[in-house]
Amino acid sequence: MLAESAPLRFRDPQIEMAHGAGGKASRKLVEGLFAPLLFGPARGPLGDAAQVNVDGTAVAITTDSFVVSPLRFPGGSIGELAVNGTVNDLAVSGARAEALVVTFVLEAGLSTAVLEAEVRAMAKAARVAGVRIAAGDTKVVEHGKADKMYVTTTGIGRFLPGVVLDPRSVHPGDKILLSGPIGDHGITILLARGELDLEADLRSDTRSVFPLVESLIAAAGPGIRWMRDPTRGGAATSLNELARDCALGMVLFEDRIPVRDPVRGACELLGLDPLHIANEGQFLAVVSPGHADAALSALRLAPGGHEARIIGEVREEPSGTVLVTTRYGGGRIVDMLVGDPLPRIC
Amino acid sequence: MKFVDEFREPELISKTAEEIRRLAGRERHYRMMEVCGGHTHAIYRFGLKDILPENIELIHGPGCPVCVLPMGRIDDALAIAQRPDIIFAAFGDMMRVPGTQGSPLEHKARGLDVRIVYSPSDALKLARLNPGKHVMFFAIGFETTAPSTALTMMRAKTEGIRNFSVFCNHVNIIPAIRAILDSPDMRLDAFIGPGHVSTVIGCRPYEWIAQNEHKPIVVSGFEPLDMLQSIVMLLRQLREGKARVENQYKRVVPWEGNRAALKAMAEVFQVRPYFEWRGLGFISQSALRVNERYADWDAEQLFEVPGIRVTDPKAAQCGEVLKGVLKPHQCKLFGRECTPEHPVGALMVSSEGSCAAYHNYEHRKTAMVSLASIA
Repeated sequence: MLAESAPLRFRDPQIEMAHGAGGKASRKLVEGLFAPLLFGPARGPLGDAAQVNVDGTAVAITTDSFVVSPLRFPGGSIGELAVNGTVNDLAVSGARAEALVVTFVLEAGLSTAVLEAEVRAMAKAARVAGVRIAAGDTKVVEHGKADKMYVTTTGIGRFLPGVVLDPRSVHPGDKILLSGPIGDHGITILLARGELDLEADLRSDTRSVFPLVESLIAAAGPGIRWMRDPTRGGAATSLNELARDCALGMVLFEDRIPVRDPVRGACELLGLDPLHIANEGQFLAVVSPGHADAALSALRLAPGGHEARIIGEVREEPSGTVLVTTRYGGGRIVDMLVGDPLPRIC
Repeated sequence: MKFVDEFREPELISKTAEEIRRLAGRERHYRMMEVCGGHTHAIYRFGLKDILPENIELIHGPGCPVCVLPMGRIDDALAIAQRPDIIFAAFGDMMRVPGTQGSPLEHKARGLDVRIVYSPSDALKLARLNPGKHVMFFAIGFETTAPSTALTMMRAKTEGIRNFSVFCNHVNIIPAIRAILDSPDMRLDAFIGPGHVSTVIGCRPYEWIAQNEHKPIVVSGFEPLDMLQSIVMLLRQLREGKARVENQYKRVVPWEGNRAALKAMAEVFQVRPYFEWRGLGFISQSALRVNERYADWDAEQLFEVPGIRVTDPKAAQCGEVLKGVLKPHQCKLFGRECTPEHPVGALMVSSEGSCAAYHNYEHRKTAMVSLASIA
C-alpha cells in the first residue's frame, strides 16, 4: 500500500551535498520522501539491510553506492570499499553475504589501468570475504559528468541463526560495544585529498567485519539486540538513530572510546569530533548486560578484534539522545552529523 | 597526546572545580563573559557548565567571526563569485553560513566553483594550480587569522601571482569588547580573554578594561583545565576587589604579542572607518581592509561590489544573543525556524556559535539527573 497522495514531510527545495552525507539531512530525505513513497506507511525502523521472504525463506538484501574521492587511499580503494561496505551492511544485519551484483558508472576517459586495478581489488576483497560476485552492469557517461568511477553493489545474504536484531528490543542497562578505534577511514580520506597539507601515519580501516560479527553471535547471539556499521555520519549518527528508534538514551564514556592518536590529533586540529567521522571496518553492537562479558571476550579473541571495548550503556534518560560523559563529571550531547564534517578555522 | 591530555586530567580538573566552588561561595552571583567563540565551543564540548557552581554564569561573547559577519557581506562575495572563471575559496566554517540566496555550500551544489581551504596559503596554491581562473579567498577572522592572510598576500605580490585576491572581512577584537561594555543593558563582572587573538596582539591592548572599566580579564587557553584555572584567577581578583589583566595562557601568549605578525598586518591592511557587525551594528575602526599597496590583490578594489545590505529577520534576536543579553533559547526562533540544519542566523551555524552549542545543550536538564550515578 503506497501512500502516493499523502503530503510529503520532505520540503527542502533542492538536493544539497548534506543529503548524501549520512547525517540528519540524509535521514530526513529517506524518511520524508523515499520511505513514504517507496515502502509505504507501515514500516519499522530502517536498518542497514532489509528482510525479504522468498518462498518462505527470509533473505537479507541491501545496496550501497561508492563515490569516494580519491579512488585509492592508504589502506584501501573504491573497489575494496564497494565489496566490504555491502558485506558489512549484511553482517551487521546478522547475515552472511552470499552474492553481490555490481554496477559501474564510468566517466569517459577513465584509464583502463585504473579500472583494472579497482576490479582486481574487488575480486580480491570478495575472495577474502567469501562472497561471490554474480552479475554486473556498466554505464559510461560523458567526460565531466561523473568523477572517474562510481560503483554500486547490491548484496543478498543468509541470516545467521540464533540472533534477532531490532532496535525496539534494546533495554536500559544494555551495554554498547565497539569493535575497534573509530575515525581511521574518514580522516585517512580527508588527508588523502591533499587539501589540508597534513600528514599522518594512518590507514583506512576498510575490511569485512563479518568474521567478527560471526564470533560475536556465536558467543552471545541471544543477548545481541542491535548492530550497525557506523560509516558516513560516524558512530554518533548510528547511535542517535538507535536512540530515536528505541526512545532511550545512549550514554558513552569518553575515555573508553578507542581513537588512535593521529585521528585525535587531526580532529583536535580541524575541530572535528571523532564520533562524527566515517568508518569502514568497525561496528557497534548493543548487548544485554548478562551477555556483555562473553561478547567482549569473544570479540577480543577474534582476529582484528583485540581493540574492542564497551564504550557505554543504554539508559532511560536522556531519552532519544546520545550523551558523552567525561571522567571529571562533565557531559555533552552529541547529535547526528549535520552536513559534511568541515574543518574549523580557530 | 601531548599538550592536550595534561590539560584534561580528571583529578586536576576536579580539584580546580573544588577551588572554584570554595572561592565563589554562595553570597553573590558572578557574570563572566568569554569573549572568544573558541571558548564557547570548549565550554559545551567539555561540559564545563556541569561542574561549575550555579552562581557562576558564563555569558557568550561576540568572538565568533563567522557569527558577527552581516549576511550582506556573504551576498557581496557570492555575487562576485558568479563572474566567469572565479574560484571562491573559504574556510570550512563559512560553508554553511546562509546568504540571502543560500550558503556557499548550496551555491557549490548549484555549480559555483567553491573550495574549502584550511589556510590562505592553500588558496594561493589553488591560484598557482589554476592559472586560467581567478581565486578569491573569503578572508575572515579576528587578529588570529589576519596575519596569515597578510603573509599570503605579501607572497602573492612577491611572486607576481595576479589571479589571486582577498575579500577581506577581518575584524578587531578590542572595538567589539568596547561595544559590549558600552551597551547599557550589559552587566558583567569579568572577562575570560581570548586566547588565540592574544597570541598576536598580546595582553597590553586589554589594559584599559582593567584600568578604566575596573573589570578583571584573564587571557585563557582552551582546554578544560585552562578555562577553570582562568575562572579561579578571576574569582581571586574579584574577591580581592582588584581588576588586572592576567595571562593564564603563557605557554602560547607572549605579553607583548607577536611583532612579526603585527608587522605583516600593518604592511597589508588599514583600519576601516567603520564596519557593520551582525547584532552590534556599525562599530567605528573595528575592521580591516586591504590598503592601496595591495589593491591588485583586493577583491573589493578589483571587482564591483554590490554593497548588499540585508536586515536580519525581525523575529531573529541574534544581536541580543551576541551581546549576551538573551540566552540562545530565549530567542523566538530558537529550535523552531532556526536549527542547525536550517539556520536563520550564523550563531546557529558555526560550531563556535552559542546557539548551535545551546541547541545541543537545551535538553540536557533531564540528562543530568542520571549523570551522577555513572561510574
